[in-house]
Amino acid sequence: MRVDLALIAGMIAAKTRVLDIGCSDGTLIDHLFRNLQCDARGLEIDMATVTLAVAHGLPVMQGDADTDLASYPDGAFDYVVLSRTLQAVEKPREVLRQMLRIGTHAIISFPNFGHWTLRLQLLFTGRMPMTKNWSRMWYETPNIHPCTIRDFFDLCAADGYIVEEWLAADEAGARAPWRRWPALANLFGEQGLFLLRKA
Amino acid sequence: MDQTTARSETQHQSVTFPEGLTLDCGRHIASLTVAYSTYGTLNPEKTNAILICHALTGDQYVAEVNPETGKPGWWEQVVGPGRPVDTDKYFVICTNVLGGCMGTTGPRSQHDETPGQPWGTDFPPVTINDMVRAQKLFIDHLEIGKLFAVIGGSMGGMQVLAWAALYPAQVFAAVPVAAAAYHSAQNIAFHEIGRQAIAADPDFHAGRYWEHGVTPERGLAVARMTAHITYVSEAALTRKFGRKLQDTAQISALGDRFEVESYLQYQGSSFVRRFDANSYLTITRAMDLFDLSADYGGVLPSAFAGTRTRFLLVSFDSDWLFPTAQSRAIARALNHVAANVSFVEIKSDKGHDAFLLDEPDFHRTLRGFLAGCAEHAGLS
Repeated sequence: MRVDLALIAGMIAAKTRVLDIGCSDGTLIDHLFRNLQCDARGLEIDMATVTLAVAHGLPVMQGDADTDLASYPDGAFDYVVLSRTLQAVEKPREVLRQMLRIGTHAIISFPNFGHWTLRLQLLFTGRMPMTKNWSRMWYETPNIHPCTIRDFFDLCAADGYIVEEWLAADEAGARAPWRRWPALANLFGEQGLFLLRKA
Repeated sequence: MDQTTARSETQHQSVTFPEGLTLDCGRHIASLTVAYSTYGTLNPEKTNAILICHALTGDQYVAEVNPETGKPGWWEQVVGPGRPVDTDKYFVICTNVLGGCMGTTGPRSQHDETPGQPWGTDFPPVTINDMVRAQKLFIDHLEIGKLFAVIGGSMGGMQVLAWAALYPAQVFAAVPVAAAAYHSAQNIAFHEIGRQAIAADPDFHAGRYWEHGVTPERGLAVARMTAHITYVSEAALTRKFGRKLQDTAQISALGDRFEVESYLQYQGSSFVRRFDANSYLTITRAMDLFDLSADYGGVLPSAFAGTRTRFLLVSFDSDWLFPTAQSRAIARALNHVAANVSFVEIKSDKGHDAFLLDEPDFHRTLRGFLAGCAEHAGLS
């Protein structure tokens, strides 16, 4: 399992109800069912990937984070997970609001646009940065809403979400050691991972 | 009691329930016969039973040679040893629907009040729920407390939805394929053309054609031809026939000219040999009447409130009769009640009929879904 998925799994209590948005082939929900006895389900936009996941016996439905979350009832899940997808949705703030409406907790991971390599590239080349995480040209990238770890803290504060846990990680997902200093995490963390709940 | 009844020339395996069945319309059928087929072995705990629900013109012969047509079962690619619905693991049941003409009580059965005469057009209007209640009697007769899965396409999918709504505790997994929660105005309109074609046939004799020793073959064939067009996609018809001519030397206004015409005529003529016109009228009407949410104050999610059933919804992207939007609407209704739902749209150019055909992605999906459910149900 991807290291970042293992970090997410580490935030989830056993025997809980989980919705994984953008679940891809369902690795995380499979892990949560097998090892933590969770009632874990997935939502995935790509039909071929959904077919693959269902053919593996996983409860996954095709759908879009921007439009399909509205159909779930309040408090249907204990955790709603959105990994590496927030930057690609049309309305990140609304998606976040829906996640915390249908779930008690939201777990979000996203690539950090505040990482020092991106800052330097923009400073020295004057062009949109290109890295392993940000590998598509500005005109064709699906990542239409990039944000930094600091930006995300600001949004949580503005919308009244409590950050129960957060961490910065490198590309592979290994936890970075800047737990107490958001400014350093924002400079050196390649991705941010947050566990939120409503105030 | 189990018995084998003679219906037309063919013998069908069946059970008769002398207590009968009270229908949604308020009328009571005094004695109900349910014709069925089964495959595989019921385990001692009776937890591995799968009910297959057939479509409008289907029957109980899912995975064996059909005794009326001599053709292979209509879902042999899906049901059988080693197939996605594996009869080595599961005990598979299919019953002919109420109102049908393959052994279950229907317009061709003996009239309750005038023995010696068939029901004909006197047969009461039935609903999808009535069909499901008849199936439930049969499942109870087998003393199966809970079905592992109920699976069906098209009208079979409607029955699956009705099962999940009426008997949620008796259905572990539900798989409505190419289905809808209601029959649309367009669907009803196509059915009406078929019914009018039957009624307009001089051999119909107001539904009492047996008294004249005839059947309304032309009307029934036209009904089938119209319906058949709705089962396939434009792309599939183009791929198969295009504008190919049958015989360029003989061009006339009425003889077939295009290959697609003789194909449709073949579809029509082979159908009239095996299907009863009054059954066709009864069953198309049952489909038209289907609107699951209507029984729940117009709120579809209420039909599934509190459900513990695991759902798999499957649609096909070229199906314009039961389009993906219909399956998605059901998926969203199930989300409303936080049900466990998987939903896929399979890419295929074969239209509505794709559910009956060789669609490896569909078959893989169904197989995997059932395997996942078996794990959750503790079947292994």
